[in-house]
Amino acid sequence: MNETLSIRANIMKVINIDKEKWASGVESLTSTYRLFGPVKEDDSHNFKELKKGELPDLAYGNSKLSPKSAVFPPSEAMFTYSLDEKNENHHILNDVKKDYSPRAVLGIRPCDAKAVSLVRMNFDTKEYRDPYWMDAFEATTFVGLACDNPCSTCFCTSTGCGPFSEEGLDVLLVENGNAYIAKALTAKGEKLMDAAGFKTAGDDSAIAAKKAAAEAKITASIETDKLSEKVIMDLYDAPIWDDISFSCINCCTCTYACPTCWCFDIQDENKGLSGVRMRNWDSCMTPLFTMHGSGHNPRSQKKQRVRQRFMHKLKYFLDKYQKGIMCVGCGRCVQQCPVNIDIRTVSKKMNDYVAAS
Amino acid sequence: MENPYKAYPVRIDSIDVATQDKSLRTFKFVFLNEGDEEKFAYESGQFAELSIPGKGEIPIGIASSPTEKGFVKFTVFRTGLVTNHLHNMKVGDIMGVRGPLGNSYPLKDLEGKNIVIIGAGFAFTTLRSTIVYLLDPKNRSRFGNIDVIYGARNPGMILYKDELTVWEKRDDINMHITVDSTDDPSWTYHTGFVPTITETQAPKADENTYAIMCGPPMMLKFTKPVLDKLGYSHDKIIMSLENRMKCGIGICGRCNIGKELICKDGPVFTLEQLKHMPEEDT
Repeated sequence: MNETLSIRANIMKVINIDKEKWASGVESLTSTYRLFGPVKEDDSHNFKELKKGELPDLAYGNSKLSPKSAVFPPSEAMFTYSLDEKNENHHILNDVKKDYSPRAVLGIRPCDAKAVSLVRMNFDTKEYRDPYWMDAFEATTFVGLACDNPCSTCFCTSTGCGPFSEEGLDVLLVENGNAYIAKALTAKGEKLMDAAGFKTAGDDSAIAAKKAAAEAKITASIETDKLSEKVIMDLYDAPIWDDISFSCINCCTCTYACPTCWCFDIQDENKGLSGVRMRNWDSCMTPLFTMHGSGHNPRSQKKQRVRQRFMHKLKYFLDKYQKGIMCVGCGRCVQQCPVNIDIRTVSKKMNDYVAAS
Repeated sequence: MENPYKAYPVRIDSIDVATQDKSLRTFKFVFLNEGDEEKFAYESGQFAELSIPGKGEIPIGIASSPTEKGFVKFTVFRTGLVTNHLHNMKVGDIMGVRGPLGNSYPLKDLEGKNIVIIGAGFAFTTLRSTIVYLLDPKNRSRFGNIDVIYGARNPGMILYKDELTVWEKRDDINMHITVDSTDDPSWTYHTGFVPTITETQAPKADENTYAIMCGPPMMLKFTKPVLDKLGYSHDKIIMSLENRMKCGIGICGRCNIGKELICKDGPVFTLEQLKHMPEEDT
């Protein structure tokens, strides 16, 4: 039965989940899945691996950091090696045994799920498949939670996404009084619903009105309509970057909080005669990111680095993939930037810029 | 599919001091595992990550030619953590090579054409690979005239001297070797910067002539207008670029200029392509 299901693409099944049965359903999942979900820490939520018996806290706006870490940890081992010349295989890289058993991210917001599908284009290319990101991604079932009460900084509706967007999700949960309406969108999603024992057929007729109501609450937007017709060199040379970058303190918060930032560094960490080759999140906001061995640095000034970040998100990515901008409108960078740099303002400046002919 | 981050294990087969000041050494590696050399099939202009477990990785242009079998060769300038360590390693030591990476000089497209190769300093490595490839008896007849302009700061800084001497004597390649300055009275070649020598020695541009150029930023900056003056169109000027890299496979996100990634879309671009890409330094 499952074999047949898994080859069907874009199936859609509507299930009704009584909230009273949610906890036992999640409990049932733990025998098959490692679970990740929003957990409240101090004043904010973040995605963590859930401990046995722990439930995701779904009464949240959005997490402080994006849930990208469920497939792309801030720090992860790539290889191990021995530096001991007495060891037969010294100085040879060994694969690291990783846990790619099924995992599920419960309660991811639709914007963050779309971000995962955008980032996939970077890690899964015609020429190379990044095994760490892709194995984690393929092991993951994404159970989304539609947003009934978007934040004031949300602008997902103008990024090709939305509070009820289904892109990148295997299941979409919509809160409806004492129940969740669950749309199982993929075979993976249906499998998870089965594993949780959520089988009661549901009715999705209430969703359209809820979706319209949520979208109507989003009043912020990003202007991008003219970006595709701009010439890279014109925007690059536009006299807007000094102003935009003036207040930036290169703290990197935007890049770490962002669900679509993927840059990483590779470092060897040694302890005695053994070590681990690690990869760690990196940020284009630091000068070291591009520093040559010679000391020459093509992005030594913060203006160049800030320009790189916004040009990548709003122009290079757009031109390269023709799949829209590399921003899903989650608003984290807007909320968390200590000096109030706002990607919407930057995008407007780029969108409005006309090069002198 | 194999893990593209995993280096092939290699043994250092030989180490040669490449310049008088000992800042460059040429390393010859042999693959430890059977079949890896075939998997590492490369073309001139490509690079690899030299991978030293415990220290890290560095992207270095491949100095050997695909026509040379049984080893792969790199000439490395001593400058940072990994290269300093590499310079202190011994013949027989084990490390890794990951690649080949990036695109290559478009030599297939240059068959039947005249080629002028312009290099300076220690950026001559992938050009050495190219010259060895072009001069291979199986390949030479498929190309037109070959000119090489190569400059170094002084005679002691010239790479691959033995080979240059041999090439000098051949009649199927025109060598124009120069140094910035020298007080050596026995120096019989040119004296002067690469742009100046290019102006007097490079063949005049025509439909059939292409320039391949690799060197430090200043040399490139001042050689470009010379090639303009000689009439080279920008789609016939082929250049190799570099930037800080980590993954080498277009994923880690740091080596871009505009929307192109030097590691994957490059390192080889025509000047025509580069005109539409930001210079990043500005």
